[in-house]
Amino acid sequence: MIAPSSRPPLSPAHLPGPLGRVSGARPAASPPTPFPPAVSQASLVRLHHRFQALDRNKKGYLSRMDLQQIGALAVNPLGDRIIESFFPNGSQRVDFPGFVRVLAHFRPVEDEDTDQDPKKPEPLNSRRNKLHYAFQLYDLDRDGKISRHEMLQVLRLMVGVQVTEEQLENIADRTVQEADEDGDGAVSFLEFTKSLEKMDVEQKMSIRILK
Amino acid sequence: MEGAELAGKILSTWLTLVLGFILLPSVFGVSLGISEIYMKILVKTLEWATIRIEKGAPKESTLKNSASVGIIQRDESPMEKGLSGLRGRDFELSDVFYFSKKGLEAIVEDEVTQRFSSEELVSWNLLTRTNVNFHYISLRLTMVWVLGVIVRYCVLLPLRVTLAFIGISLLVIGTTLVGQLPDSSLKNWLSELVHLTCCRICVRALSGTIHYHNKQHRPQKGGICVANHTSPIDVLILTTDGCYAMVGQVHGGLMGIIQRAMVKACPHVWFERSEMKDRHLVTKRLKEHIADKKKLPILIFPEGTCINNTSVMMFKKGSFEIGGTIHPVAIKYNPQFGDAFWNSSKYNMVSYLLRMMTSWAIVCDVWYMPPMTREVGEDAVQFANRVKSAIATQGGLTELPWDGGLKRAKVKDTFKEEQQKNYSKMIAGNGSLN
Repeated sequence: MIAPSSRPPLSPAHLPGPLGRVSGARPAASPPTPFPPAVSQASLVRLHHRFQALDRNKKGYLSRMDLQQIGALAVNPLGDRIIESFFPNGSQRVDFPGFVRVLAHFRPVEDEDTDQDPKKPEPLNSRRNKLHYAFQLYDLDRDGKISRHEMLQVLRLMVGVQVTEEQLENIADRTVQEADEDGDGAVSFLEFTKSLEKMDVEQKMSIRILK
Repeated sequence: MEGAELAGKILSTWLTLVLGFILLPSVFGVSLGISEIYMKILVKTLEWATIRIEKGAPKESTLKNSASVGIIQRDESPMEKGLSGLRGRDFELSDVFYFSKKGLEAIVEDEVTQRFSSEELVSWNLLTRTNVNFHYISLRLTMVWVLGVIVRYCVLLPLRVTLAFIGISLLVIGTTLVGQLPDSSLKNWLSELVHLTCCRICVRALSGTIHYHNKQHRPQKGGICVANHTSPIDVLILTTDGCYAMVGQVHGGLMGIIQRAMVKACPHVWFERSEMKDRHLVTKRLKEHIADKKKLPILIFPEGTCINNTSVMMFKKGSFEIGGTIHPVAIKYNPQFGDAFWNSSKYNMVSYLLRMMTSWAIVCDVWYMPPMTREVGEDAVQFANRVKSAIATQGGLTELPWDGGLKRAKVKDTFKEEQQKNYSKMIAGNGSLN
């Protein structure tokens, strides 16, 4: 939902003269509608600045390399999977709406979101969608199930060469067994959700943007 | 004919005024106080503008935090705490929450990338380029802004361009002339005079107001001066108060002419592009230079690239392996009057200089610090970090361990391996798996 009082007062862009051209607040190309409505107007402006700062060659979109340039992300054990989550369906570019769509998953859950019009689509930062984002970080081939093999691969990504194959297999086996209820050797989204039902997902997967 | 005569008269009066009020005092290092008056008026105007903006802005849209505070609320707990607390725990499916959150936080805002773009101001300083989020307040403010634009572009800019032109030509001519003399103390004295005069003229070309602190620690001959790097103007600021031997690559064009002229009058260290790659050669030449106690101190910027003056990044150890005494210098610009940071990916040199010359002024503080030498048992990297901390503390800048080279290159794999090691210790390190 767009935050209630988000309409800014008349911006300098509306004044005559060079003010309109040069001001840094106006995005070079305003974001196209329809927009995922889960992010407030002020935050959108901030995120657009950030998008432009990351877009080194001013291409108008981000590539994997642009995201890999972020030092703190490149050293993150799940860095590669997170970068991958921005490029669904095998695309090589992420534009600004796509960028915000991923970030919207991490918007904190506000109280006003809970009484919802059931006809509207679920907001991206609902508990279910947050869990789905996390699920996709494990589900490499996007088939809706985390197989033991996929679990092993993600674990390998996270620990590099620091852990032996045997130990890793033990961990993967244990994890899949604990969560797997219908015994098909893989963790479906439902099973994933169930095993984490006691976890405070809303708090752990939220990033609060300071106004 | 009348028009041409009139124009000629105006030009000659203009030049005499410039000569009398600016150039001559520069030679003697005297100030007539004109810039002080200008700065006072400027400060009063900006204070008035700030008050108007704060009164006029509706509460929700005032920018409460500057970018250096951060735009997201961060939870800086280390990995162990963030991964739901129990020590010696095994891998859980929920570990992904911590890492994905940290990863997304880094995407929204990371310490490093923000240092390569200009600092945001807490309150607007009536320059369009810093108008990030300030909305229309009142007619009076806009009028002042328009007046400011006229003053900056029509009065100050031509004056500054004239001065810069005169300054650079004098430098080239002066140093070439001095270079003809045989080596003697007269030559050194003259070359100092020429350098200082031209630098003062160039600083006035930017309306620079510089405060030097602790002049007693000014770098001595035979030493190495290191400073944090924000823009090419740093060099100008430091050489206005003393002569240094510069180190750098040979350029072509105007820079090349200036370099060749300067080296005739006093020994700077210019390298060919191919020589820069050979670290031993570079170290050798620098060592030779400082061994000669009569030669001027070398000026080096160990960060290797321009940072936006809110932080100090990793100092490259090369400069600290040469030996000799290090004289640290901290430079801090006041962003209220003009942003000195050169964002080389966004602006080329000419547009950067134009932006400099159409700002209000360049105001900065320079702190000279007591000399430091490498202690026994300390290696170059530790020494570099020690000097870096000293400069950061003095200048009020944050210290970052990251390499300024991240502007252009990816982070090294060793950092990633460290994170992986930390995590592995937690889930598999204590050996007991069921």
